[in-house]
Amino acid sequence: MSDLLVIAERRGNEVHSSTLELLGKARELSMKRPLTVSVVLLSDKRVQEDAADALFSGGADRIIQAVDKSFGRFNFEPYTKSLAAIVREFAPEIVLAPATTSGRTYMPGLAALLKTGLTADCTGLDIEEGTGNLLQTRPAIGGNIMATIKTPNHRPQMATVRPKTFSPLKEEYESKGELVNFGVTHDLIQTGAKLIEFHPIGEGQKSVQDAEVIIAGGMGLRKVENMEPVYRLSKMINGTVGASRKIVDSKWIGHEAQVGLSGHTVKPKIYIAAGISGAVQHIAGMQTAEFIVAINRDRNAAIFNFADIGLVGDAVEILNELAESIESEVKR
Amino acid sequence: MKILVLLKQVPDSDEVKLNPETGTMIREGVGTVINPLDLHALETALRIKEIGDHSVAVVSMGPPVAEEAVREAIAMGADRAVLLTDRKFAGADTWATSMALARFAEKEGPFDLILAGEKATDGETGQVGPETGAMLGIPVATYVSRIVELDESGITVEREVEEGKEIWKLPLPSLVSVTKDVNEPRLPTLNGKKLARNASIERIGNDFLELDPSEIGLKGSPTRVVRIGTPKLSRKVEMYEGNSIRDGIDEIKKRLAPYLEVNHE
Ligand SMILES: Cc1cc2nc3c(=O)[nH]c(=O)nc-3n(C[C@H](O)[C@H](O)[C@H](O)COP(=O)(O)OP(=O)(O)OC[C@H]3O[C@@H](n4cnc5c(N)ncnc54)[C@H](O)[C@@H]3O)c2cc1C
Ligand SMILES: Cc1cc2nc3c(=O)[nH]c(=O)nc-3n(C[C@H](O)[C@H](O)[C@H](O)COP(=O)(O)OP(=O)(O)OC[C@H]3O[C@@H](n4cnc5c(N)ncnc54)[C@H](O)[C@@H]3O)c2cc1C
Repeated sequence: MSDLLVIAERRGNEVHSSTLELLGKARELSMKRPLTVSVVLLSDKRVQEDAADALFSGGADRIIQAVDKSFGRFNFEPYTKSLAAIVREFAPEIVLAPATTSGRTYMPGLAALLKTGLTADCTGLDIEEGTGNLLQTRPAIGGNIMATIKTPNHRPQMATVRPKTFSPLKEEYESKGELVNFGVTHDLIQTGAKLIEFHPIGEGQKSVQDAEVIIAGGMGLRKVENMEPVYRLSKMINGTVGASRKIVDSKWIGHEAQVGLSGHTVKPKIYIAAGISGAVQHIAGMQTAEFIVAINRDRNAAIFNFADIGLVGDAVEILNELAESIESEVKR
Repeated sequence: MKILVLLKQVPDSDEVKLNPETGTMIREGVGTVINPLDLHALETALRIKEIGDHSVAVVSMGPPVAEEAVREAIAMGADRAVLLTDRKFAGADTWATSMALARFAEKEGPFDLILAGEKATDGETGQVGPETGAMLGIPVATYVSRIVELDESGITVEREVEEGKEIWKLPLPSLVSVTKDVNEPRLPTLNGKKLARNASIERIGNDFLELDPSEIGLKGSPTRVVRIGTPKLSRKVEMYEGNSIRDGIDEIKKRLAPYLEVNHE
């Protein structure tokens, strides 16, 4: 049976949720074509038992772990060379990794070393009937088009996927739970690059990528003072404030809040777009939300085509009314 | 020190035409500009040039019309501009593009520092920088938001990643791809423009690079675009307007109810 490798994303000692999302997708692909799903974990520490269990029940048949102190934080040469050695040993058909700052860097390096194709930022993955090839769909040209890409004659077929694009398995996977140690030889970790410092960002509000409820503001709020009802509401419901690029460019809020093609892809339970027109680049980042509310003065605004409910009117007035109505109910 | 900047020329509008058969971009007849993010890479190089005895070359792979974009780099202050252009290069994916760029860097190098943009506004893969670096077998730092220091012993950069900021020291040669936070690109000076008008842009084809036909252009590209579509994303929307706005607000309230912070005792 052929192999599919998922390269795990780590945040410190934790396995990042994007890894489980990729495992979920991998299991789905394995229904169309038998695949052994392995997750590759590069780390400076051995995998903890509960983390390993989570990966197995999340869909992995096998964990391939490579442990070396140079894997503490992502470093280009040790990662690409070691991953290349792992791929050569396991000869997978498919390699998937999250489109994070590290995944977007080691995957091209790996594709270059292996002389194979790599598709960036996929939003869809499927198996082609007949050939068994991986069909990789991605937005390009500012989200104006969706391109489906194949790597017909080279192996492995490689793709990066934005976090929050796919869903983890809902039910626990019955895994055989095979744990393989990959021996890292000295030549694989040679590099002149050295990490001097690392400054973690402080714990602030939940990042938009992890939020369950997002209230996002756009240019239709008209001025930065009108962000106030957005913050007020967000606080009441334990939510996170999101933004269109226009208000990020206008410096009403930091780039970390930007949703869309050049910002974050989000997958909240509820997304409220207030005064956002619905440009394709914005939609690209939030169509994955479960339930979408749009508030816009213009009844023909594009955002309404992508919403579950739409309110036509002044965004500030409606947000204030909503906040007051919630407040009076809570008081009662 | 010899610095090389990778510049992609991109269409100057959002209206991009694709060849429905090959799925590759049709560049003929569209105006081209330097990929806006690459201006930050060029600016990084020009600032380094200002503080020492350094030379800045730019290279772009593209059709002959890309010459105008490359010329712009001379107007901004680059010393040398090269266009890799050859019918055989057409239809390249990121692997084949990187192969040509890496071979050029090898033949005309060694370059001490190679700079790239974060990504191109059309293809937007962000892959060409790291692929080129890997082919050359040199260290790579991506998402660089600040150049901290540069001397003979190496370059120190700040990378902006999901969890915070990293400071890395890379030996030379290395490849660094920068984000738009790294600097504010300059505008060409009048003098620069004059210089650029008369500058000769070197054109290099595969006769010079001598790559195997299986490594260039569409033939050398492992990926194939098999289908182009428009995003299908619409939902069925229930609209509230005028008098029914209150019902809409109630509907949102109902949806938000599970998330309310109820911390009053
Ligand atoms: C390569 C590329 C990448 C991009 N990436 C992103 C991205 O990641 N994220 C992103 O968001 N954008 C992105 N954009 C920009 C995008 O094209 C739009 O310009 C942007 O999303 C518009 O922001 P907006 O909806 O806030 O503003 P506008 O388009 O100006 O819309 C304002 C809306 O508010 C409405 N309005 C006005 N007054 C009121 C009122 N009183 N009450 C209620 N509604 C009102 C208007 O009817 C209008 O629909 C990108 C563009 C490009 C080319
Ligand atoms: C719709 C569509 C989707 C595509 N998807 C993929 C895909 O998933 N995988 C794939 O391998 N190819 C893909 N391609 C092909 C890819 O766009 C081309 O290979 C392109 O020449 C380089 O990729 P890019 O535009 O993504 O550049 P990026 O990798 O985003 O560019 C990053 C940096 O590399 C440098 N650079 C890039 N191109 C050049 C150049 N020609 N000359 C000099 N410097 C350069 C610049 O500094 C630039 O800022 C796609 C093409 C289309 C039309």
